[in-house]
Amino acid sequence: MSQFLISRRSALALMGGAAALTFNRLPAHAAGQLKVLNWQGYGTDEKWALELFKQKTGLEVVHDYFTSEQEMLTKVRTSPGIYDVVLMNNIYVMEAAGEGLIQPIDTSKITNFADLTPSLRDSPRFVKDGKHYAISWVWGLTSFAYNTKKISGQPDSIEALWDPSHAGKVGWRDDALESIQMAALATGQDMNAPADMDKVKAKLQALKSQIKTFWSSEDEWNKYMAAGDYDIAVYWSGSAARSKKAMKLPVEFVVPKEGAIGWFDGLTIAANAPNPDGAAQFIDFMVSPEFYVRWDNEVGAPASANAKANAQLPEDALNRKVLGDPEVVKRVQWMAPVSEEQRQKNQEIWDEVKTGFAQ
Amino acid sequence: MNAAQHRTIAIVGLTAPAYLWLALTVLLPLCAMLYFSFLTFSPMGGHESEFTLKHYASFFEKRIYWYNAWRSIELAMYVTTLCLVVGYPAALGLAKYVKGRWREAIFLLIILPFWSNALVRTFSWTMVLREPLNLLFTYPAIIIGLVHAYLPYAILTCYISLQAIDDALIEAARSLGATQAQAFRRVTLPLSMPGVLAAIFLIFVPVIGSFMEPRILGGKDAIMLGPIIEGQFNAAFNWPLGAALSFTMLTIVLLIILAASPLLRRQLART
Repeated sequence: MSQFLISRRSALALMGGAAALTFNRLPAHAAGQLKVLNWQGYGTDEKWALELFKQKTGLEVVHDYFTSEQEMLTKVRTSPGIYDVVLMNNIYVMEAAGEGLIQPIDTSKITNFADLTPSLRDSPRFVKDGKHYAISWVWGLTSFAYNTKKISGQPDSIEALWDPSHAGKVGWRDDALESIQMAALATGQDMNAPADMDKVKAKLQALKSQIKTFWSSEDEWNKYMAAGDYDIAVYWSGSAARSKKAMKLPVEFVVPKEGAIGWFDGLTIAANAPNPDGAAQFIDFMVSPEFYVRWDNEVGAPASANAKANAQLPEDALNRKVLGDPEVVKRVQWMAPVSEEQRQKNQEIWDEVKTGFAQ
Repeated sequence: MNAAQHRTIAIVGLTAPAYLWLALTVLLPLCAMLYFSFLTFSPMGGHESEFTLKHYASFFEKRIYWYNAWRSIELAMYVTTLCLVVGYPAALGLAKYVKGRWREAIFLLIILPFWSNALVRTFSWTMVLREPLNLLFTYPAIIIGLVHAYLPYAILTCYISLQAIDDALIEAARSLGATQAQAFRRVTLPLSMPGVLAAIFLIFVPVIGSFMEPRILGGKDAIMLGPIIEGQFNAAFNWPLGAALSFTMLTIVLLIILAASPLLRRQLART
């Protein structure tokens, strides 16, 4: 008898993580509600913005969050008919559209559509057969930021992360793809298809004495930076602007000479969205200068896909001064979609590197 | 209706809700996961899936999996041992030396951590471990966090066993010339073994699967099988591999329990 009970318990424990993920329950949809799935603290959940949007449309926006893009896909796959608006990195949009998870968007309902930067707006990552499956929202860079009180003189090379003088003070994101791309940039390779994977792996293994601990959310990054765990850490441009402005951290974002990882995000409407019209209204509000300029000024944001919105920022804003500089944009390598096989290989390499860290 | 029939109805009536609940919430999802573990791709990824055993083979072929499985078992041994070393004396004190209201108050203190969210508890540890202990992001930090989380299991199960021991037995041993240490070793300890074994199973098994505490407290030492399985579900979206790794680990744990069960039965027979 006791054996029977115990085996069941152990099963519970081992599968606990999976069960919690798959079978999360969301409250039923209420009328006049709009359900948004996004990273936490990533624009759509700004309180003032939601109040403004409610005044305009009468719709109340409620949020659900994800902590990785795979979790986002999992949630959309396993909870059809729950979400209205879903934030997606460009590389996942066609995958999601192919699986029927999101629907084509009627661009005539997006009044700001004409002001969006065409290279982002009409990217083949968003458009298939002339149909827009995502509305280009913001773009940014993944590189690193440093604490200006701990490190004097702005580092101009990605090698700063491997600099022995920052040993045990480096922050790194626990993410296989981003790690491999950073190491590919540092070894001078095409980050979307590194020719020499052994070099990438060796570069990552060399971080053993450098890394303090891994971060997995912006909130964690801010905490570790504020507590002095990090002097320098891999980070996202929009988040760096937020850490500086909203959290008042003495940090500066760097686009090193070796280049940076570029990404752009779109807003999508889920296939069985309970309120597709409200979703279009919300997306239109999100890409408007009215929302964006206040978001970047008061909170800190990635660069807007809306050229008019970027032009209204103060001249010294990171998104106008650095990301608006064509010389900087030239150094950017844009993230490409990753095949399932490659994703699995990346995960294995990263797990292997991390196992080496622990020995 | 005779007494035996009454008994059967009572047993069914009392246990059916619990078993039905367990079947629905635990066994069904588990069966789905078992099914996934034999597929080439996640059935939700829009791929054609075929039957395969390759995910199970991966566990033994790839060092990252079996080596980290060992790391998980090693961690579970440390945590379980420490929980018992700390918890057993506390349970003994509570069962045999503390009486009345004090006992209730101390019990409350033991159960209190259970009422707080595990995540909150772990994050509060990050503050204590950073300053003044300076242990944050190390292997000992993971052990401290997990021992704190599972210590109540050790205390409660040991307490129940110890408290059921008739004091007259210990007095009898003492009156027959046994020293206090001998009475403890020959009477109290053997009689409390069911509680100790229950604690071992209740702690050892969940710790093997833990991933949240290692990730938050362990820094570069966080990698174990738990976080790897989490990564397969959350980051690589390879549910079949994640499920296969879980079931392989489950089998290993069951084998350990099976190997330990003769000991368990002997201990129970003695009482």
